[in-house]
Amino acid sequence: MSETFQLDGNAVPFEPGQTVMQAALAAGNYIPHLCYHPEFKPHGSCKLCTVKVNGRTVASCTMPAEAGLNVESDIEELNALRRTLVQMLFAEGNHFCPSCEKSGNCVLQALGYDLEVHTAGFRHLYPDRPVDASHPDILLDFNRCILCELCVRASSEVDGKNVFALSGRGITKHLIVNAESGLLKDTDIALADKAMQVCPVGVILHKRVGFSQPIGKRRFDIRPISAQALDDAPRQADASGSCAACEGAP
Amino acid sequence: MVTRTHVHAGYLDAVLDRYGQSPDALLQILREIQEYAGYIDQGAISYLSNKLRIPGARIEGVAAFYSFLHLQPAGEYRVLFSDNITDRMLGSRELMQRMCQQLWVEPGKVSEDGLVSIDTTSCTGMCDQGPALLVNGRAITHLTHQRVQEIGQLIRNRTMIQDWPADFFRVEDNIRRSGLVLGNQIEAGEFLRAAFALGSTSNIVETIKQSGLRGRGGAGFSTGLKWAACRDAPGSEHYVVCNADEGEPGTFKDRVLLTRQADLVFEGMTLCALAIGARKGFLYLRGEYRYLLDSLQAALQRRRDANLLGKNILGKPGFDFDIVIHLGAGAYICGEESALIESLEGKRGVPRNRPPFPVTHGYLQQPTAVDNVETFCQAALAIHMGAENYHAIGTEKSTGSKLISVSGDCPRPGIYEYPFGVSVREVLQDCGAVNTRAVQISGPSGACVAEHEFGRKLCFEDLPTAGAFMVFDDSRDLFEVARNFVHFFAHESCGFCTPCRVGTSMLKQTMDKIAEGHGTQHDLREVENLDHVLQTTSHCGLGRTACNPVLHTLKHFRPAYENRLKSLDFEPAFDLDGSLARARQMTGRDDAGAHLNTEEA
Repeated sequence: MSETFQLDGNAVPFEPGQTVMQAALAAGNYIPHLCYHPEFKPHGSCKLCTVKVNGRTVASCTMPAEAGLNVESDIEELNALRRTLVQMLFAEGNHFCPSCEKSGNCVLQALGYDLEVHTAGFRHLYPDRPVDASHPDILLDFNRCILCELCVRASSEVDGKNVFALSGRGITKHLIVNAESGLLKDTDIALADKAMQVCPVGVILHKRVGFSQPIGKRRFDIRPISAQALDDAPRQADASGSCAACEGAP
Repeated sequence: MVTRTHVHAGYLDAVLDRYGQSPDALLQILREIQEYAGYIDQGAISYLSNKLRIPGARIEGVAAFYSFLHLQPAGEYRVLFSDNITDRMLGSRELMQRMCQQLWVEPGKVSEDGLVSIDTTSCTGMCDQGPALLVNGRAITHLTHQRVQEIGQLIRNRTMIQDWPADFFRVEDNIRRSGLVLGNQIEAGEFLRAAFALGSTSNIVETIKQSGLRGRGGAGFSTGLKWAACRDAPGSEHYVVCNADEGEPGTFKDRVLLTRQADLVFEGMTLCALAIGARKGFLYLRGEYRYLLDSLQAALQRRRDANLLGKNILGKPGFDFDIVIHLGAGAYICGEESALIESLEGKRGVPRNRPPFPVTHGYLQQPTAVDNVETFCQAALAIHMGAENYHAIGTEKSTGSKLISVSGDCPRPGIYEYPFGVSVREVLQDCGAVNTRAVQISGPSGACVAEHEFGRKLCFEDLPTAGAFMVFDDSRDLFEVARNFVHFFAHESCGFCTPCRVGTSMLKQTMDKIAEGHGTQHDLREVENLDHVLQTTSHCGLGRTACNPVLHTLKHFRPAYENRLKSLDFEPAFDLDGSLARARQMTGRDDAGAHLNTEEA
C-alpha cells in the first residue's frame, strides 16, 4: 500500500519521487496550473499551483510529496492569489480573446473563467511584441506568451532541436528563436514537433487551421478546466531528465 | 578606443582556449568579448555556438540576462551612474542630467555618432564615496560637477580611459572602526597551521560549529552545519564558493575585505576546502568590482608561490586546492546562492528549485559550500583563536564581529566593525549622524527602522543584517526612498516566476502613480495586495522581500504616502493627458491647449 498525504481533507496516495501536483493529478484531484505539463519535469515558474503545505505556501508542482503532509489547495485565500496571478499574466502580455484562434482551447483563458477573474485588475503593460509570420506553416504570436517555457523544453528534450530559448531579464524577458536572423523560417522546426503541441496559450499556431472548432465545441466550452484534471495526469513515469535549456531546473 | 564591429576569429579562439573551450565558462567568455569589443555581435555568438556546441539563442539569452553585456553597440564610452538612493541623495541625478546635456545624449540611448551612452545602474558599492559611476566597467567615485565636466571632456576628446587622471579611480577604504577582522595582522598560512594542529579535518568542522559562527550574507545559517552537510554529501567532487557578488544596495564591506584582507578570505576558503574535501574553489566577484581583479589574481599567485594553494599545501600530502575568480556582469539576483551557481556554470542567473540545496547538489550538481566573503574571514579567525574565545565575542546566538557599511546622512560614512549586538543608536553616534529619521538596515530587502526603534540591536536575535546601514535624516522623504528600492527590485527581478516578474513592475507603476500625484486610497490597497502576493508566491527571496521597503515605510511613515494621495477613492491608472505626451513631442507643442488638464478647466 502506498503512503498518502492529505489534500483538502482527502487522502492522496503517492509514489516515491512524485511531487504533490503529480500525485494529486494522478488521483484525479485538480490543482490549477499553467507551466506544469505531465510529460515534463516540473518547472515551478507560473506559481498558479501554489498550495499551503503545513501552513507554508509552496508551488505544488515542485514540492516533493511526503507522507502525512497537510496540503490545502481549494481555499479562497489561495484562489484569490491565483486570480491575481492570472490577472498579472493578462496585463503583462497582449491578450485579445475574441480574436484569438486559441480561444476556447486556451489554458490561461480557461483558468480565468474557472477562477472567476472578472476584471483585468491591473493596468495593461501593452508590450511591443512583433509577430513572426516568416514560416510558411507556422505563426508565432509572441503577444500571448506567458513564458512557461514548455516549447523551450519540448524542443530541447523531445525534439532535440533547441528551436526556442529565453532572452532578456525581468519584465523584459521574452521568447526568442534559434536562428541568426531570429526568424522561425530559418530553423528546422516541423509541424510534427512536440514544441508545436505544448503551448498552453496562442503563441505557436498552425497557419490556415484557425477557428476550426465552432464555439460550444472547444475543449473548455464543454467542461471547465478544473473538471479535466485527469487529462493532465502524469503520463510518463520517468519525466525527470534534466533540461539544460530550462531555467530553474537543476 | 575603437569599437570593433566584427570580432575576428583569432581573438575568439584565444579566449576560448584560455577557458579550455568549456561551455561552463560562457559568461566569462562573453564578458571578455564585451570588454574587448564593446558589445557582443551576432557573428561572435554564431562562432561561439559552433565551438562550444551551445545553441546561439541560448548564448544570446545568457548575454541578455546580464546588465553589463550588450548585444548592440552601446557606445565607445559606456557611462553608468550608480542609482542607489545614497547616490541620489548626493545629487547623482542632476550630475547625470548635466553629463547628458554636455554630450548631447539622452539617458539610456547611444549618441548618434556612437561615441557614448549614459544610463543608470544598480548600486555600485561606493555609497560611502558617492555619487559614483562606472565607465566601461571601471569605477569612478566622488563625482562633482567639475569632475563630471572633466569626464565629459575626456570622452569628447576620445581620451583612452587608461590615460584619465588616476585620481578619478581612487577608491577609499574608509575604515572607521576596526576589530577582529579588519585589525587582523596574522600572517598568511598561520590559520592553516592552526587547522592542522587540530588533528583531523573533522575537528575543523567541529570547531566552527562550536564557535557558533553564522553566515554573514544575511540569512545567518550555521556555517559549521553547512560545512558538515557538504562534507557528508556524496559526490565526485566538492566545491568551495565565495560569494563576493555584493549587490545589496548600501553594502560595500566585501569590497574593503577583498582590498585589505584578501589573504584572510582565501585562507578561509582553503580551510573550508580542507574541511569538506574540495580541490577547487571559486570567488564570484561582482562585475562592479572588476577593478579588484588584478590585485586578487596577484594575491592568489603569491599564495601559490608560498605553497598556500596548489598541490600538497604547506607540505600536507594530498591537500590540493586552488581558486578561480569568476566575474559577474551586473545581476543582483546572482547573490542568491543557487542563481550564483547557475551563473558560475555559464547560464542565466536564475534561482533553482529547492530542494535539492547546493550543499548536496551545487556546482555541476556536486556538493558545494557557498559562503559570504566575511564568513570565510570569520571562519579563519575562529579556527585560529579557538571556538571558546570566538564564542565569547558578540551575543549568545550571534557570535563574533560584524562589518557594517554605513552610508547616507552622516559625516563619517564607511566601514565599522563591531561585536554583534551593537545598537542602531551606537552606530549612529559613532558615524556622527544627527536628526536621523530612519535607518535602512541590511539594504532594500531588510528593515526600515524608525527613531523609536534605535535601541534595537544588530544581531540575529533582533535585527539581522548583511551589513548595509543607510542613514536618512529628517530632510528625507521616506516615500522616495521606498520608491527607489521598488525600482531596484523591478530592474533586478530575473523574470522566472510570475509574481516577481510582473508584480515588481506593477508595484513600480503604482508607486510612480502615487509619486506623480495621481494616487488614491485604492492604490494603497493595491500596494498592500501586491505585497501579499509577492510575499506568499514568489520563487525566491528577491520577490518575497521586494515589498519590504513599502511595507516598512507604510508602517512607520504612512503620512509620506497619504500626503501625496488625491482625496478621491479611485482614479484610473490610465492617464489621458499623459497619453498625449508623444503627440506634443511630435508637434513641438507644450502650451495649455495641448493639455487635457481637468483640474484647471
